[in-house]
Amino acid sequence: MIKPSQAPWLLSAPALTLYATFLIAPLASVFLISFFNFEFYGGIQVAFTLKNYIEILTDSYYYEVFARTFGVALAVTIACVVLGTAEAYVLSRMRNPWKGLFLMVVLGPLLISVVVRTLGWALLFGSTGLISKSLQSLGLASGPVSLMYTNLGVGIALTHVMVPFMVISVWASLQKINPSTEAAALSLGASQFTVIRRVIVPQVMPGILSGAIMVFAMSASAFATPAIVGGRRLKTVATAAYDEFLNTLNWPLGSALAVLLLIATIIVLISTNRLIERRYGAVFN
Amino acid sequence: MYLRNGPIGLIFHTLFILFILAPLVMVCAVAFTGDGFISLPSNGLSLRWFKAILNNPRFIDAFLFSLGLGFLSASFAIIFAIPSALALARFRFPGREALMAFFLSPLMIPHIVLGLAFLKFFTSIGVAGTYFGLVVAHIIVVIPYALRLVLSSATGLDPSLERAALSLGATPWITFRRIVLPLIMPGVVSGWVIAFITSFDELTMSIFIASPSTTTLPVRIFLHIEDTIDPLVTAVSAALIYMTIIAIFILDRLVGLEKLFVGKGRA
Repeated sequence: MIKPSQAPWLLSAPALTLYATFLIAPLASVFLISFFNFEFYGGIQVAFTLKNYIEILTDSYYYEVFARTFGVALAVTIACVVLGTAEAYVLSRMRNPWKGLFLMVVLGPLLISVVVRTLGWALLFGSTGLISKSLQSLGLASGPVSLMYTNLGVGIALTHVMVPFMVISVWASLQKINPSTEAAALSLGASQFTVIRRVIVPQVMPGILSGAIMVFAMSASAFATPAIVGGRRLKTVATAAYDEFLNTLNWPLGSALAVLLLIATIIVLISTNRLIERRYGAVFN
Repeated sequence: MYLRNGPIGLIFHTLFILFILAPLVMVCAVAFTGDGFISLPSNGLSLRWFKAILNNPRFIDAFLFSLGLGFLSASFAIIFAIPSALALARFRFPGREALMAFFLSPLMIPHIVLGLAFLKFFTSIGVAGTYFGLVVAHIIVVIPYALRLVLSSATGLDPSLERAALSLGATPWITFRRIVLPLIMPGVVSGWVIAFITSFDELTMSIFIASPSTTTLPVRIFLHIEDTIDPLVTAVSAALIYMTIIAIFILDRLVGLEKLFVGKGRA
């Protein structure tokens, strides 16, 4: 007879076994190999060296790569917070069928592969693309403008990829708000702007913050968009790790990059989570 | 009562929707060009590049491959997720929170890290570049999505229904199949769907572990774009967008999009 205390573990056993074999072991092996040695002629050698980490932390090239990665991720997060929160608010005030229709338009792209969405931006960004042509015909630019291989281009395309997550996160918070709080503030003479700033935003803050954390973490580790729009010139940590693994075949260095990215992301996630829980713990629970 | 949007709100909304749709509309428009290079169709719409897809088995093969891979990994993920979700929903036990966090942890690990972890691991156990490796990696990545949706429908389950069935002499298996499974079916279906879509769209991890004989559609499109952006790859992408639009309408009718998406985000 199965004891009740064992039942949940027995039920979880298949998934636990799968995770232990095919998640923990691979991650551990990446961690391990990041301490291995790599010689251009000898290949990968089993060793314990901090060489790869020292190379990344002291080389100004990698400093630039990390700064670009987290700089773009921060800019994308700010853009998503502003745009996503505003759009979620506008959507929440719409009536059906418009509400349902536009929610579908905003969230639908999440079902389309990131490669396809980024291709669309690559088409728009090129020097013969629509953006370049419109800027020229409006007289805002004298020659062809290309946003390909620029930080701005990567930022715009990434914002497009990430903003639906922000909308859904704020949307979920907005659903919990009692609409009469807004009506009350308005009837007491507050302006629309004051209502948004003093009544709406504080109430949806948990949704904004959890959306922002999600967007930041995903932007920092995004691969397809920086690879296509940023190209070979603008490396991020993810595309640099990809190159080390599949082109240079320097797996130890690529693994060290990945480990540092993972650690940096986890630190950001945990510390912001702490901060939020301390400030908004009451709202979350 | 209803509060209406002011003109500023509606202008913002219009610009936002334009921003969301612009790249997708661009892909769909360029796909109809009759030229041999990237351009907006100037003299009439041409189906030239859609026909070219049919003569290009690499994209067709990758599409069928991704369908199969999504089907298999979503189905396995659901099979693994159901018992774990029941354990988490039904029992209060020490370590429950930790177990849940562990099961959802693949959401928190960047796919670039998972990709190289799987490449390294599969190489050392000798299954690099195999179908088996790709399926296992996809199962791991989509389990959290499946688990979350099954969990949300299993949490509201009334345990007395199950107890009633057991006390009337049903075996645990019959109880599960005839009572529990039908009740959690909405979660199982939407969990399967989101798992399938996540697997079908996955690029970053797959690019590390896909071999020439196991190339998924996103990987095929990415490698093509890295090489050259031409009307052919645009037509393939446009075809995917059209298929997704049809799928969205069907999904909205079946499960409701909003419900599906709450389980989509990471972290």
